[in-house]
Amino acid sequence: MAYNHKIELNKPERFVGGHRLCAGCGAGIVSRAIMRALDEGDRAVICNATSCLEVSSFIYPYTAWEDSYIHSAFENAAATCGGVEAAYRAAKRRGKVKDHFKFLTIGGDGGTYDIGFQSLSGAMERGHDMVYFCYDNEAYMNTGIQRSSATPRFANATTTPCGTQSEGKKQNKKDLTEILAAHHIPYVAQTTMLGNLKDLHKKAHKAIYTEGPAFVNILSPCPRGWQYAPENLPQICRMAVETCVWPLYEVIDGRWYLSYEPKKKLPVEEFMRLQGRFKHCFKPGNEWTIEEAQAYVDENWERLLEKCH
Amino acid sequence: MSRRDRLSGNEAVAYAMRQINPDVFAAFPITPSTEIPQYFAQYVADGQVDTEFVTVESEHSSMSTCIGAEAAGVRAVTATSSCGLAYMYEMLYVAASARLPITLACVNRALTGPININNDHSDSMGARDAGWIQIYSENNQEAYDNYLQAMRIAETPDVRLPIMICQDGFITSHAVENIELEDDQAVKAFVGEYEPENYLLKHENPLAVGPYDTSPYYMEHKVQQAQAMKNAKTAILDVAADFARTFGRTYGFFEEYRMEDAEAAIVLIGSTAGTAKTCVDQMRAAGHKVGLIKLRVFRPFPAEELAAALSHVKAAAVMDKSEGFSGCGGPVFADTRSACYDLKERPRLINIVYGLGGRDCAVEDLERVYQYLLRIARTGEEGPVYLHMGQRSLDKEVL
Repeated sequence: MAYNHKIELNKPERFVGGHRLCAGCGAGIVSRAIMRALDEGDRAVICNATSCLEVSSFIYPYTAWEDSYIHSAFENAAATCGGVEAAYRAAKRRGKVKDHFKFLTIGGDGGTYDIGFQSLSGAMERGHDMVYFCYDNEAYMNTGIQRSSATPRFANATTTPCGTQSEGKKQNKKDLTEILAAHHIPYVAQTTMLGNLKDLHKKAHKAIYTEGPAFVNILSPCPRGWQYAPENLPQICRMAVETCVWPLYEVIDGRWYLSYEPKKKLPVEEFMRLQGRFKHCFKPGNEWTIEEAQAYVDENWERLLEKCH
Repeated sequence: MSRRDRLSGNEAVAYAMRQINPDVFAAFPITPSTEIPQYFAQYVADGQVDTEFVTVESEHSSMSTCIGAEAAGVRAVTATSSCGLAYMYEMLYVAASARLPITLACVNRALTGPININNDHSDSMGARDAGWIQIYSENNQEAYDNYLQAMRIAETPDVRLPIMICQDGFITSHAVENIELEDDQAVKAFVGEYEPENYLLKHENPLAVGPYDTSPYYMEHKVQQAQAMKNAKTAILDVAADFARTFGRTYGFFEEYRMEDAEAAIVLIGSTAGTAKTCVDQMRAAGHKVGLIKLRVFRPFPAEELAAALSHVKAAAVMDKSEGFSGCGGPVFADTRSACYDLKERPRLINIVYGLGGRDCAVEDLERVYQYLLRIARTGEEGPVYLHMGQRSLDKEVL
């Protein structure tokens, strides 16, 4: 199926306007794109971890979701979704539900990499027919930009602030996509918002229509936390990919496939310089931070290339 | 036709679950409730039920699974004890506020700190403000009967609250007793089908569950929940009445045992009631006017009814099988004393915390309590109001 952006955008919206996400936030774009990846006629239940997305899209008595939706808490979106999916199986078997349903979970990096990690791992291991989408904005943005295990090294977050003795976060980012691949589930992918959103759309569609558990990690910048002007969102996503900070790939039934290889891999500062959270790295005397960031990206990129077909 | 059998309390609950054949069972083991999912797993393995048996990785996820499943429009059940229930606490509140009639078999065990696997009520008492209906059982028969009534109570349209059916860990969960089991078809007919009004998988319209609820709305939702808990009182009695008509065993908010002319009474929950009944019989035979109130329903708290039942008593001891750490008595005492405040003539009330972490409570222990109460009734001198019974102490024991 060839991707046609115009046709996709003319589909009825399943995540509609009126939500209260910030201008320049990735989460709304990600949500719309994910929902467009559902085939028309298929019903869906969305399970959302507590997050910016949840508190901005379902404020009583209004919802931005055209499909059924459930939020129960921060750390358990995957288990909640597993419950809905189990109920669907039981109801279907007993002839109580006729429609064809798909089960989509969405969580931020806090609800996915950290507090919701156990619940996610459990649901994936049990093999529920569901997709977990992580919109990774690399910190606890909903509570005010505290570091998470998804926050990259050197990022200035409110619990890893820069100071006379600190150059931001001390640890590198957890490689959650690889950890999910190690669950040996049928489909794992990494993507972000690029151009006409073809990569995101195709991966979301593949994840939704792969039988069994699937995980898609979507880099989703946050204008408040990353400190950029809203209009720079596409450029930041582009640079994350061109610098190989956020490579695009899929793991299908255990085989790794690179989705995109930059013609010329750009230096990491092309990504970092667009964001206020790395401002201190560009101060004279802090060149080492960019050197170490580059070394880390290079090492991971090489490892990924070795794994990919 | 009902039949007699010998089952442990855990087996009795699992048996009831098999008869009901719920849509989803979220299972995670913890002593002493572990046997319930184990028995049920065998029913699944043998095709005796067609339940989705979800073997989650924690109790937090078992309650989350139940929430997702029940919101999706089906019956979801689980079983747990102690730390397992504590690990669910956050989600217990979510289940109640989302008005999801989930059924939880709670096999009461002491909360860790230090770790202890034996019975007391600190686990479910800690969850008493979570918005769940709580019904307690004296023996295996009651655990079975209460479980059969649970879903109808919880699913009553003007209630729609989750329900916890509690029994005492090991004391009833593992002890094998004679029990009257009802016929599968009769149970199915009594429990009926779950037909929620709105649910996630409904064909006609989608549903959104679990909003961000701002201050202009949150309080209304809490008041609705409070009203639902009040409504549960009627539902509990209605279902009990139908249960008595159908199966011939009678239940209420509490059981009054030889309370007619009692001057001294004990109020307690759970299996100790069996011991207390023996004690009452012995003391009655010796000419003492003593009685027992065994509380079956703790949430909603039957305040007016309990106060009326205690109104003619001179002295009563409320026995709490959990500490509560309020510094002034356990949770059953606090509610009972509050309920009695409106009486024109109040009994003298004392609180005895007992049986923590499985500390035994025998007939002679209860006899000491009754003697102590009779002394209060006789002299009018109350002495200390908040006591701990049966523990080692360097101080002179009051009891």
